[in-house]
Amino acid sequence: MLGYLTLILCCQLAGELLVVATGLPVPGPVCGMVLLFAGLMTARRLPDQLAAVADTLLRHLSLLFVPAGVGLTLHLGVLERESVAISAALVASTVLTIVVTAAAMAGINRLRRRDPS
Amino acid sequence: MTGSFTDIWVYLAADPLLALTMTLAAYLAGSWLYGRAGMNPFLNPVLLAVAMIAAVLLVTGTPYETYFDGAQFVHFLLGPATVALAIPLYRQFDRIRRSALAIAASIVTGSVTAAVSAVGIAALLGASPLTLASIAPKSVTAPVAMAVSEELGGAASLTAVLVILTGILGAMLGPPVLGLLGIRDAAAQGLALGTASHGIGTARAVQVSEVAGAFAGLAMGLNALATAILLPLLWRWLA
Repeated sequence: MLGYLTLILCCQLAGELLVVATGLPVPGPVCGMVLLFAGLMTARRLPDQLAAVADTLLRHLSLLFVPAGVGLTLHLGVLERESVAISAALVASTVLTIVVTAAAMAGINRLRRRDPS
Repeated sequence: MTGSFTDIWVYLAADPLLALTMTLAAYLAGSWLYGRAGMNPFLNPVLLAVAMIAAVLLVTGTPYETYFDGAQFVHFLLGPATVALAIPLYRQFDRIRRSALAIAASIVTGSVTAAVSAVGIAALLGASPLTLASIAPKSVTAPVAMAVSEELGGAASLTAVLVILTGILGAMLGPPVLGLLGIRDAAAQGLALGTASHGIGTARAVQVSEVAGAFAGLAMGLNALATAILLPLLWRWLA
């Protein structure tokens, strides 16, 4: 278990180093995710213990955003002054993005099913 | 009495223990309320936890930096958790490979929609140029959004807040909106949540189903890449 947690940290570290070295426009952890994924594809199997560590981390993923979220206390001034513009933009744009992305995926899949060439 | 309470607070506030305990307790309380209310999307656990802690900080006059000094240990786990998204991705790889083109097309469409609609609506309602640049990358995972925001002339710390708010909104509104649209395909659900609301949307998708979680994690990563490349180009036309 500890070994696989170390493996995950190593992937993140390698990702961070790769981003610094190449100037890729993605964050280190996302790069680390790609590295771990590449490793799994090469190994062609998923060790149970690695799956257990990952599932534990992901089960409480929402919790991990709380400390950054509390940072909104630093920006109460702007959020209050431009509250109408900011809340309208956030709500409408988020709903629109969800609708457009899901509709695009569902639409393309429906087209493909109709024309399986 | 008040004096000694203040002394104890000042003493505890300097230690990570208080911030960590407060973070976990607020999140547990938020999750409990969410469960009790029949998973009402408006009682999102992240939203409740953030509101409770923010209220405590404001009432006690504790600076955010003091809180974050302790809470950073929870914050740190975001990195390993992002790496761990490789596991659902690996489990679902066959499904992903079969619709690679559809996935890429949907994410790019969603990425452009997110930035253009946010900037357009905020501009129409009179937001300042700083807010416009800060809100443009709001659907992307925080580290990338902050870097893109600075490139556009926004404020990175304001962007971080807008990113989190977007995530909470996506987690709250995503499942009911997808239900209203009648989208039952778990892949489309996951892509929509991950593209519109990054990690918080992905966390919500993980609860919906493993397939939705895998596609959301994939969408979060690819949208970060798409936005980092496209938004600076798009900005010349938007601004």
